[in-house]
Amino acid sequence: MTAAPALARRPRIALAGNPNAGKTTLFNALTGASARTGNYPGVTVERRTGRWRSPDGRELEVLDVPGTYSLSARSPEEQVAVEALLPRGGEPPPDVVVVLADAGALERHLYLAQQIADAGLPTILGLNFMDEARRAGVRVDVEALAASVGVPVVPLVATRGEGLDALAAAITGALAGEPRERPPEPLTPIVAPYVREVEAWLEGRDPDEPPAARRARALWALLSLGDDELEGVDPELRARVEAAQARASADGVELDRELIEARYRRIEGHVRAVVAGPRVERGASVTDRIDGVLTHPVLGMGVFALVMLALFEALFRWSEPLIEGIEALVGLAQALVREVVPDGPFAALLADGVVAGVGNVIVFVPQIALLFVFIAVLEDSGYLARVAFVIDRLMRGVGLHGKAFVPLLSGFACAVPAVLATRTIESRKDRLVTMLALPLMSCSARLPVYALVIAVVFPADERLGLVSIGALVLFSMYALSVVATLGAAAVLRRTVLRGPRPALVLELPPYRWPAPRNVLSTVGRRVKDFLVDAGTIILAITIVLWALLSYPKDESVSARYADLRAEAAATLDGEALEARASALAAAEAGEQARHSAAGRIGLALEPLIEPLGFDWRIGIGLIASFAAREVLVSTLGIVWGIGEEEDERSPPLREALRDATREDGTPLFTPLTGLALMVFFVLAAQCMSTVAVVRRESGSWKWPLLMVAYMTALAYLGALLVQQGGQILGLG
Amino acid sequence: MDDAPTLDQLPVGAEGTVLAVRCERAIARRLMEMGVLPGTRITVLRIAPLGDPILLRLRSYSLSIRRREAAGIVLSDVREPVGAQALAEQAPS
Repeated sequence: MTAAPALARRPRIALAGNPNAGKTTLFNALTGASARTGNYPGVTVERRTGRWRSPDGRELEVLDVPGTYSLSARSPEEQVAVEALLPRGGEPPPDVVVVLADAGALERHLYLAQQIADAGLPTILGLNFMDEARRAGVRVDVEALAASVGVPVVPLVATRGEGLDALAAAITGALAGEPRERPPEPLTPIVAPYVREVEAWLEGRDPDEPPAARRARALWALLSLGDDELEGVDPELRARVEAAQARASADGVELDRELIEARYRRIEGHVRAVVAGPRVERGASVTDRIDGVLTHPVLGMGVFALVMLALFEALFRWSEPLIEGIEALVGLAQALVREVVPDGPFAALLADGVVAGVGNVIVFVPQIALLFVFIAVLEDSGYLARVAFVIDRLMRGVGLHGKAFVPLLSGFACAVPAVLATRTIESRKDRLVTMLALPLMSCSARLPVYALVIAVVFPADERLGLVSIGALVLFSMYALSVVATLGAAAVLRRTVLRGPRPALVLELPPYRWPAPRNVLSTVGRRVKDFLVDAGTIILAITIVLWALLSYPKDESVSARYADLRAEAAATLDGEALEARASALAAAEAGEQARHSAAGRIGLALEPLIEPLGFDWRIGIGLIASFAAREVLVSTLGIVWGIGEEEDERSPPLREALRDATREDGTPLFTPLTGLALMVFFVLAAQCMSTVAVVRRESGSWKWPLLMVAYMTALAYLGALLVQQGGQILGLG
Repeated sequence: MDDAPTLDQLPVGAEGTVLAVRCERAIARRLMEMGVLPGTRITVLRIAPLGDPILLRLRSYSLSIRRREAAGIVLSDVREPVGAQALAEQAPS
């Protein structure tokens, strides 16, 4: 490795540690408002960096390394943490690594810390949660620990900012000190020959690498390669490692176990020497007593149901006034634009394209913010891990992880925040399966569509026993959505996202009070990510859809309506004139819709959607509702010439749809067509915002496109089955 | 050793010492790196309300795994929960 040139490069601090070591809290405390988030290229792992000013006035860059239990990796996601500490290809390693460890569970946390120290990186060990450890009667001899691990140790209570000054001093000291050559991690005789074999190859490739780093790399390779999904690993290294593994196995040496065990034996030695505490640590601990209630077969399920109900209430009810407020503001802004900008295509573009597009983006903010307040509190308190523990058995059947439950449930409200919520699932494949299946959950934007169609085709007084047909149909749509979601997850797991059987290896951290500051920073980060990355896509698609629905216009239609308006102005006045004018405007919009690009596409689509029982007018609705499902209602209002202000409760729209006929004079909206339309909406990916947010979260267009393709196919087949099957059964 | 007890067979409150971890490599390695190693003492803390997964206590922290993985963890020195017998005798028949 070449020495870093002495350019004005900002020194870098890497912040590492196990999940639940309190890394996020420390990162927030150090970097404050300077934190920025992005994604590591190609993987769905968040990359967070920020600035920290040292006491001697230097600006440093802080990198939050994703939480990890060790420096070995079998997936590209896990490899991100390894590369942040042991970069490949001559990149300089971090100047200082701060490893956080939970003072109350030192053995397991030291496994990573010792590995990082042994790799020869300038390491500082932060002993977090000292307050909890003290309360539990655990005493740590900090100086002895520093001597045995071979790095400075700083006791911390990151949530209260205790120990931060000492940490700052330690970082400054590490930066000022001369880099010390550290002896490589000791090897037991039984593993030494296999490790040396890999080291010999590594030395040939990079003779300048310090021996400690080289050994760390060799141990990484031996423990990671073989059954991995890593990309970009030198094939020669891979071959060398696999040969060493094969030889070990032929010699009867369990290499993985020997390597890991050797490290734990050293650590157990340290801990025995420096930690004094109660021998029997289990029993009356607070966490254990809370778990007695929260994971209890009856009480636990009850609390679980209550928490999920509250989450639901927040997403549906608490968010409603905020969403209505945003919609009202967007309406005001549109009116203002029409007032200020002279009438014409530009005013329409601004009001119905740009302002509406911005509205389409910010309307999601209340639900995203509320969901993440919940998730952050649940996660920081430790309850989210219990949710996974309690519900895992149900999710396992469809190949999902217990942590997929909260995102799936949130999908009933809106897929956009739900997709963002999949971040809590560590494994990439589990996360993708959840993300691609959950848009099938019947979200609240589908409800207006169901309400309108049910009102049109099923008279309210039609009953089957005690329940109305409409209620039964509505229930069936929700049931269908759940079955489809779970089915899709199971199929995705067995096809495109097939992989090793997902295992649950889940740490249940002690219960802790969530820090409000952390909760707010999580919420702020999620909202910002959404606005910037998904928001631009949503805005762009809104403008495109608006243009498709508005252009081209038929001049002869415009001219004819101009004449009609002039005639009305000459013969009518007052309220009569106003009524006539708005009726004319609605009728003109309806006729123009037929000439627009969307109308033409609708007409072109007609042969394709006719077997579903849909005509070109419904076709326009399908295109427009890609903006958001509920847009179907207002689009049908436009196409039928009733005006776009109509909602699903509007009697004129219902009647117009009920009276609508096909060219042969038969009614368009038969009960079968209504059902087919609803089934189509349950299954179709009619939502550009979901597409945008899946693009953001999966890191490529491949996954959202797959989602749109499979959902559209499913929707088409589902609607076809209803229409054609129904006709065969004579239900038409 | 083939009829040695495995972790999935233990009732709540019982504990045992790990003798071997016989899961597929990726899971075995993850478990071992989290401290489930031969010689480690493990207590079964709880069983989830729906019967699976189970919650373990080892090395001063709590770890949850499914029964299927637990079935690969072979134990020795199993100790039944203290007072389990007394509880069983009290239970109404």
